[in-house]
Amino acid sequence: MSCQKLYKFSAHQLREKLNSREIKSEDILLSLSERIRETESKVKAYVRLNGQNLKFSSQTPAKTDGLLNGIPISIKDNICTEGMPTECCSKILQGFNPPYDATVIRKLKEAGALILETKLNMDEFAFGSSTENSFFGVTHNPWNLACVPGGSSGGSAAAVAADEAIAALGSDTGGSIRQPASFCGVVGLKPTYGRVSRYGLIAFASSLDQIGPLTKDVRDCALVMNVISGYDPMDSTSVNMAVPDYTASLGKDIRGMKFAIPKEYFVEGMDPEIKNIFSEALEQIKKLGATYQEVSLPNTKYAVPVYYIVATAEASSNLSRFDGVQYGLRIGDRGQVAGDRGQSAENRLIDMYNKTRGEGFGEEAKRRIILGTFSLSHGYYDAYYLRALKVRTLIKNDFDAVFKDFDAILAPVSPTAAFKIGEKASDPLKMYLSDIYTISANLAGIPAISVPGGFTKGKLPVGLQILAKPFAEEVIFQVASAYEQATPWYNEEPKL
Amino acid sequence: MINFMQITKDTVKYVAALARIELKEEELARLSGQLEGILNFIDKLKEADVSQVSPTSHILTVNNVLRKDELKTSLKPEKVLNNAPHKEGTSFVVPKVI
Repeated sequence: MSCQKLYKFSAHQLREKLNSREIKSEDILLSLSERIRETESKVKAYVRLNGQNLKFSSQTPAKTDGLLNGIPISIKDNICTEGMPTECCSKILQGFNPPYDATVIRKLKEAGALILETKLNMDEFAFGSSTENSFFGVTHNPWNLACVPGGSSGGSAAAVAADEAIAALGSDTGGSIRQPASFCGVVGLKPTYGRVSRYGLIAFASSLDQIGPLTKDVRDCALVMNVISGYDPMDSTSVNMAVPDYTASLGKDIRGMKFAIPKEYFVEGMDPEIKNIFSEALEQIKKLGATYQEVSLPNTKYAVPVYYIVATAEASSNLSRFDGVQYGLRIGDRGQVAGDRGQSAENRLIDMYNKTRGEGFGEEAKRRIILGTFSLSHGYYDAYYLRALKVRTLIKNDFDAVFKDFDAILAPVSPTAAFKIGEKASDPLKMYLSDIYTISANLAGIPAISVPGGFTKGKLPVGLQILAKPFAEEVIFQVASAYEQATPWYNEEPKL
Repeated sequence: MINFMQITKDTVKYVAALARIELKEEELARLSGQLEGILNFIDKLKEADVSQVSPTSHILTVNNVLRKDELKTSLKPEKVLNNAPHKEGTSFVVPKVI
């Protein structure tokens, strides 16, 4: 038995302690349970916790040589875990118990990780940038409980920041890993589209979604990527390319590397404090022997409109499966066998769909499904959806051009630090605009990370974003690790 | 903007019917205003010259992925039906349609 506060450690540190037999896996579980009991009433990162003791997929690791053997991992509520509820924080998926594990969960288990049965809070179906759209209520930012943790993987970021999780998985469709990682001062990576299997991730926008890690440091992020990456026959969009050892990129210097700074990111709407923090980060990068130069991504101004056409169109199609037949909520078909009550038979079925979906989806989900249905509907398809796909090509071409001459792009993650709970909740467009620096990476399919990059005067964390060309996660890890080693942000922790 | 898009409550009602979502009167009113704002912002896309551009529906160049046509075990019916709100034997039950 150990009396150390094991919950404070990163996964790789805990692996060392396990290897040297200083501790046992049970000690970590006990310590983590204790921490969650202590702080969860303030943070509310988990859902369906019900005050019970924590349950894990298994109490004992599967084997002894796995990369994450004995390490508890917490999971966002949209990644399927067999026999453990997965509800996308939506009323319409109430009680859903997946009949299979997502590929990432299978891989984590094979690596010896212990999966927490209680899942992490999120915006319903990942629709949001603040975790305020969850059926279960809002998660609080550990650095300032009056602020949002970001979203949609707000529960994942808040849990890692509050030491209520050793490491977590989230999903990123337009910034849903990176923005909460930035707001909560943790590391969060959106991998290249196709690097990680999406099998078992409840789909939001299939051409944009990627699963990725949220961790306490860059090494843990690389470690989790080593486990979850790779081709999966169950996801035909996953790519059959060898997975390198990402930890091999850590600790290398970045002398002589060339970085691009997109000038379009520094126009209106950026908080001056964010700009200052970013400039200081660039100074640090220069001290490390790298150079940077301003570049143009001329189609940046179209990124938010393209995203909100493409993402909602795909969502409206993906979410048609929630119809009250196969799983979750069902409303309005009582008396289905006896009598027709004046309705035609066909109308009774449609009525059940309408009522189930009207009742089961939250406000933002309805807004996005309707926007998506509109842009795909007869008469509007060419003007909106097809045009958006073409502008998406322009955005991708912008990135291709920059990566011919540069190793990576450096940028802020969000135009502001964490905002107050309720501040943007009533204005969807304002909320959408805050995704400006993150959504381009999803549209272009490229990998991007948020690493802690400093603090505002009000002591809110701010992330530094590093974007690279497709499948250049190794470059991202090299830069992120060098920057992390040279800066003190990683040592700070929120007072809870 | 040249063509200001107007979204009436009737438009929202029509699209909601396509999407099979029942909306309350106050939701119709709120959504029509919000969608109008969002769509007029999205109209910015009309400024982009896309005459020489082909659409990107998939970001990586992928070909059809085919597997061998061979028998494999799939999930057991009782496992699949486990989450069904209404079921009977090995079937999902829906309201009578004929």
